[in-house]
Amino acid sequence: MPTALDAIAALKGKWVGVKDRASLDHPAINVPAADLLAVLGSLKADHGFDMLTDVSGVDWAIGTSPRFSVVYHVFSTTGHEYVRVSVDCADDAKPQVPSAAGLWPGADWHEREAFDMFGITFAGHPDLRRILMWDGYPYHPLRKDFPLAGIETELPDAEVTAETKVGAIAAPMMGGPFVASSGELNMTDAEPRAKDESWTERRPKPDA
Amino acid sequence: MVSANSELTYNSKIEGEVIVSRADAVINWIRSNSMWPMPMGLACCAIELMATAASRFDIARFGAEVMRFSPKQSDVMIVAGTVTYKMASPLRRIYDQMSDPKWVIAMGACASTGGMYRSYAVLQGVDRIVPVDVYISGCPPRPEALLDALIKLQGKVKREPSAGKLLSA
Repeated sequence: MPTALDAIAALKGKWVGVKDRASLDHPAINVPAADLLAVLGSLKADHGFDMLTDVSGVDWAIGTSPRFSVVYHVFSTTGHEYVRVSVDCADDAKPQVPSAAGLWPGADWHEREAFDMFGITFAGHPDLRRILMWDGYPYHPLRKDFPLAGIETELPDAEVTAETKVGAIAAPMMGGPFVASSGELNMTDAEPRAKDESWTERRPKPDA
Repeated sequence: MVSANSELTYNSKIEGEVIVSRADAVINWIRSNSMWPMPMGLACCAIELMATAASRFDIARFGAEVMRFSPKQSDVMIVAGTVTYKMASPLRRIYDQMSDPKWVIAMGACASTGGMYRSYAVLQGVDRIVPVDVYISGCPPRPEALLDALIKLQGKVKREPSAGKLLSA
C-alpha cells in the first residue's frame, strides 16, 4: 500500500516546484499556483487521495508577502491518510489561485467561502459568489485589517433600509473581546480577560 | 313590586341571549386568547420554542398553539435566535406582511441585544428593525419564560384601546 510520503516523493520528482512544508501532524507540501491543479489531479488520480475535505484561506499578516495562502486537505479513503497542500497567492492585492471545483465538485462552496471571507478569487470557478455575507457586501471580514466589530455598511434590501433607516453598525464591544490567558496553572490568573476594544456612547470609538 | 336581582352571574332566563360588555373587553378577550405565533426560529432558541409548543409545556393552554408559517395568518412574531444582518431584511419583510394587529416577542439574549455576538455579522438587537413588545432574557430562555412572556403580552393586549382604533382606522 503506497503511503502519503511515497506520494509526496513521487510528486516532488515530477514537479520541481513542490516543496516539503513544516507540519506537526499530516505530511504537507507547498505547491506553486501554476502547478496546483496538476498536483491535486495527480494526488487524486495516481495516489488515491480521492476526497477533498477542506479548502481554507490564510491571511498571514498585513505587509507580509505572500500575504494570502490557500490550504487544501485531501484524504485517501483507501489509505486513510491526509495530505495538506498549501499554495501561496502571488498577488497580495488581488490574490488568485486556480479553482479545484473541476476536480472535486465539493470544492465549490469551500472556495466561495474563502472568496467571501478573504477575497481570494478562484480562476475557473463555476459560480464565484459570496456564500455567507450578502451580495454587494464591500469587505472581506476575515482579513487582518477588518475589525471584529465590523464596519458600518448598508443592508442589502434597499426598501427595508429606506423604511427602517437601519444599516450594519460596528458592534459595541462592551469591554470585549474576552480571551483566556493560556498556560496558567492558577485558574484565577487564567480567567478570560477583556482586551477592551470597547466604545460606548460616553467613550466614542477611536479612529481606526 | 320589583325585587332586586341578587344574582351576580349571568342568568340566561332573565337576560335572554344578550351579554352586555365593553367592546374593548370583547375584542381584546378574543385577540389575547388566540394569538397565533409566527415562529421566527433562527437559532437554538427555536428548540426551546418547539419545546414550549410540545406536550410538556403546551402553549395551547394559552391559545397560541397554531404556529403559522404564513405571515398573513399570524399575530405575534416570536423572534427566537440570532438575527444576522443577512436575515434582518427578510425578517422585516415578513413583519411587514403580517396583518394588523401584530406583536413581536424578542426571545433570548441574541434577539434582544445581539447577545454574545458582538460581531460584524449580527444585528445588535431585533428592536433596531421591528418594534418589540416583550423581551425575554436567557440563553436560551426556558419554555416557562416564553409562556410568561406570552402571558405578559396577553396582559398588554387586554389593556389596548382596540375599539377606538378600529373605529378610527
